[in-house]
Amino acid sequence: MTTKFTPDHEYIRVEGATGIVGITQFAQEALGDIVFVELPSVGKVFKKGDEAAVVESVKAASEIYAPVSGTVTEVNDTLTGEPGLVNQDPAAAGWMFKIAIADASELDGLLDDAGYAELTK
Amino acid sequence: MSMNNQGRPTGVGTSGFASTSGSALLPNEPLLFEIGDTEHSGVDLPHVTISTNRLGGFERKSPLDLAGLTEPEAMRHYVRLSRLNHSIDSGMYPLGSCTMKHNPRLNEKMARLPGFSDIHPLQPVSTVQGALELMNQLSHWLMTLTNTAAVALTPKAGAHGELLGMMAIKAAQDAAGQSHRKIVLVPESAHGTNPATAAFLGYSVKPIPAREDGTVDVQAVKDALSPEVAAIMLTNPNTCGLFEPQVIEIAQAIHDAGAFFYCDGANFNAIMGVVRPGDLGIDAMHINLHKTFSTPHGGGGPGAGPVVLSEALAPFAPVPFVRKGSNGLELVEHAEGEALGRITAFQGQMGMYVRALTYMLSHGGDGLAQAAQDAVLNANYIKARLAHAFSVPFGDYPTMHEALFDDSFLAGTGVTTLDFAKALIDEGFHPMTMYFPLVVHGAMLIEPTESESKQTLDRFCEVMEELAVDAKSGNVERFTAAPMKAPRRRLDETRAARSPILKWERSAETLKAAE
Amino acid sequence: MRYLPHSDHERAEMLGVIGAANIDALFSAVPARALKSFDLGLPAHSPEFLVEAHMRALAAKNHAGADGPFFVGAGAYRHHVPATVDHLIQRSEWLTAYTPYQPEISQGTLQMLFEFQTQAAKLTGMDVANASLYDGSTGTAEAVLMARRLTRRNKIVLSGGLHPHYRDVVRAYLKDDADLQILSASPEGQGDILDHIDETTAAIVVQTPDFYGHLRNIKTAADAAHAKGALLIVVITEVVSLGLLEAPGALGADIVVAEGQSIGNALNFGGPYLGLMATRKEFIRQMPGRLCGETVDADGQRGFVLTLSTREQHIRREKATSNICTNSGLCALAFSIHMGLLGEAGFTRLARLNHAQASKLADALAGVPGVEVLNKTFFNEMTISTAQPAVALVERLAQRGILAGVPVSRLEPTDPSVVNLIVLAATELTTDADIAALTTALAEELA
Ligand SMILES: Cc1ncc(COP(=O)(O)O)c(C=O)c1O
Repeated sequence: MTTKFTPDHEYIRVEGATGIVGITQFAQEALGDIVFVELPSVGKVFKKGDEAAVVESVKAASEIYAPVSGTVTEVNDTLTGEPGLVNQDPAAAGWMFKIAIADASELDGLLDDAGYAELTK
Repeated sequence: MSMNNQGRPTGVGTSGFASTSGSALLPNEPLLFEIGDTEHSGVDLPHVTISTNRLGGFERKSPLDLAGLTEPEAMRHYVRLSRLNHSIDSGMYPLGSCTMKHNPRLNEKMARLPGFSDIHPLQPVSTVQGALELMNQLSHWLMTLTNTAAVALTPKAGAHGELLGMMAIKAAQDAAGQSHRKIVLVPESAHGTNPATAAFLGYSVKPIPAREDGTVDVQAVKDALSPEVAAIMLTNPNTCGLFEPQVIEIAQAIHDAGAFFYCDGANFNAIMGVVRPGDLGIDAMHINLHKTFSTPHGGGGPGAGPVVLSEALAPFAPVPFVRKGSNGLELVEHAEGEALGRITAFQGQMGMYVRALTYMLSHGGDGLAQAAQDAVLNANYIKARLAHAFSVPFGDYPTMHEALFDDSFLAGTGVTTLDFAKALIDEGFHPMTMYFPLVVHGAMLIEPTESESKQTLDRFCEVMEELAVDAKSGNVERFTAAPMKAPRRRLDETRAARSPILKWERSAETLKAAE
Repeated sequence: MRYLPHSDHERAEMLGVIGAANIDALFSAVPARALKSFDLGLPAHSPEFLVEAHMRALAAKNHAGADGPFFVGAGAYRHHVPATVDHLIQRSEWLTAYTPYQPEISQGTLQMLFEFQTQAAKLTGMDVANASLYDGSTGTAEAVLMARRLTRRNKIVLSGGLHPHYRDVVRAYLKDDADLQILSASPEGQGDILDHIDETTAAIVVQTPDFYGHLRNIKTAADAAHAKGALLIVVITEVVSLGLLEAPGALGADIVVAEGQSIGNALNFGGPYLGLMATRKEFIRQMPGRLCGETVDADGQRGFVLTLSTREQHIRREKATSNICTNSGLCALAFSIHMGLLGEAGFTRLARLNHAQASKLADALAGVPGVEVLNKTFFNEMTISTAQPAVALVERLAQRGILAGVPVSRLEPTDPSVVNLIVLAATELTTDADIAALTTALAEELA
């Protein structure tokens, strides 16, 4: 199991052919209290970089881009009632959607732990 | 993800502060529905019996459940509520981009003359000749002040004017076989209504970055131009309070590329009577009568956003408009040719036209120019007095009617722009506009307008300086806990947005008690 | 100039602090050829009494509603506004406040908006209402766009009973796009909108009472729309009707748009007016306009804020639900105060009185030779057909001091079938003597 990051502060945790997508601790802190998460519908097909979800704080709305191409297989419906989970636990309970990775080689272009740490230094 | 964190959330302060039930002068007023009920009424009307056979069986069966108050109760409810508001009449309101100037009461008196307030938009035009004449006179002033060929009065506010202006541009381009133009250039410093308007009409928005000095570079515009570009939406003076020095060159470049120049005229107060936008090459520009021409903001509206148009766009003006006919003035109510039709029912904001014309006649051409110059003088005075204690992002040349600071002077203090603004409340001032324009970090945009006396400006500057010193000296609590003296402490906006309560509902207990 | 506080001495002193030689130095960014390079030729500043005389002279050239019998409606209605309303809205704290972006010092406006939203939601029978739009016509266009976003479908069908100005506004906003279907005018109250709903339909737009005064069957329209997955937008130009007629929300409406001018707001020759919009809870994220919500402050006290702002242009920019910013705040205040004064008891009596006067008007008109009343149903407005072209007839009556209503052809100039039709309204201000004066004059003109 590896986790990769985009320069736009999404993470993708790879479990076999599936990736679990959310935003990083750094992003969560920068945005402040999340009040709403707009999730994609299951079955939706994204190309890498497509707008996949939106997270909103009181005074900002930020798009979440698909870190890789693929099809949405599951979304975290709990966030609809408890958007604050993205603040409390972005890496686990605050995940947003799962994507069936269409082309695993796209992962190579993403940042690893060290690369992301460097970016947010 | 796109990291958009402008206007960081407010979060609720944590320091304890005893809850009060309000004092005589700062009441905690219950809701209308908590003091009124469905039996009380403050209006005497006869009870009449009706036969229901013309209601088609559509009579109301569901309860209205509207609370009523008698006149003395209503008077008190709304007077008590009003005391919880800051207003221009009670203190300086230096909101950048909003032009919170004095609202003369003569305007209100004139708007209430029955000959203006008690006339119907669809009564015969022979019975409203004075109203049409008034619209003509207002048009004359607006066209003269801008040196333009036409004006469409009907837009209901600035954003509606933007919509109309961009619709006229679209209509003109469609008529010229230029429908392929799908891009609108919008500088990053633009107000949100500009990109929203362009998108509303199906255009894609191409941002133009700001130069180091806060203005738009003609070269950046040229680089962005292509045969697909329909227009630029440029604010001048811009949202940083600066006059665009290359505006004429930008207009030229836009026109050379076959595109139009939409000017956001929200900041016209800085230049009325001093610079005519028509001389700069604009094709369309809205004028917020509720800013520049003193019609009251009324807690959020109404406004009026007439749009002046160049020769090229004049044929595409919407209906209705006034023109001279054989029997006096007529109202053209139906589109001819390629005009774009109608953007609102009736004739627009007549109540605002009356107020604006009253204001113009009071000032005269000379007074308007003086007002613009005083507005610019006041902003530069604030900038000059505060520059040493605050950080000025764009200091190269004089500002226009607004002074813009960023938050770098607060670096390391633990105080944010928001905290700073809230502390200003405790000193009796309304905060400045914050976090706008977006091109400046932690922006504080101060627009004093011409209405503030030197004495008030001095007092404001003293308070601002004192706050800056205090923030830098580490007195963080004064800022993060502010406001302390307002009718409410900081409000929990996160809670409001996470589980919205948008209307009053009977609580479970009262419902039960009623059973 | 009485509004400008500085003396020349102070101006000079301030320039000194700035370090500018003169005021023109502050305009140095303006290209020289554009700065004060003209003579405006406008009159000079003027004392209050002269301005007042000028404005009074203009006002005197208009025939005000109170000057004689008055039956003009068609989307704007002449009602009584209690003196309290106009007094209160002129209080400085209401009149001269800005949009309540700083909630700690704007609780008056915010609480009022919360009360206004509650009143609008109750009136329409919907879950939520916003803090106002410009007016009913632009609100209708906004509702149509909202329905497209909600359904991700495009087709919009406008009933033939929709106010022609509202129809024209929708048409301009949508720029005649191919998916906009406009049904022909239906002065008899007939309607075939149900035949035009299909799987591509985003919404149908039905006005009740319609432009011609007929009451439309909202329940049937809602059921037919919902059967195809489309939304029903109900438009109301006379809100007083809701005191007597069933709330659209109780009949299945998805979005309700109303012109709120009738309550608390004068005719003002067409503006400023008040757009009301209400919808179902699940649709709020696609609703345009400001929303006020309840919360608590740092001390746990109840308070109000503008909320769900990420829908709006100042945050969402090109992805906003609308470009609207300034709305009709003060008109909403006037509405809310007037409605608060009326309460359920007064509002119901007001609606009944309007209907009673309109019934008298209809009966009296039906007795005039050469006049036919087209309505079987109405609230306070109706359409008549006369033996003569309406524009000239209404003009002649106006010369006699009677404002007899709106000739339909003023709004529908290309439709030959409406040339002889007049839409007339009665309100609580219409007296029996007004009705008698109208019918007498009408009989004489038609004789
Ligand atoms: C720069 C600018 N443009 C446009 C607008 C929109 O004007 P309105 O609120 O009248 O729609 C505003 C007002 O807030 C503004 O400041």
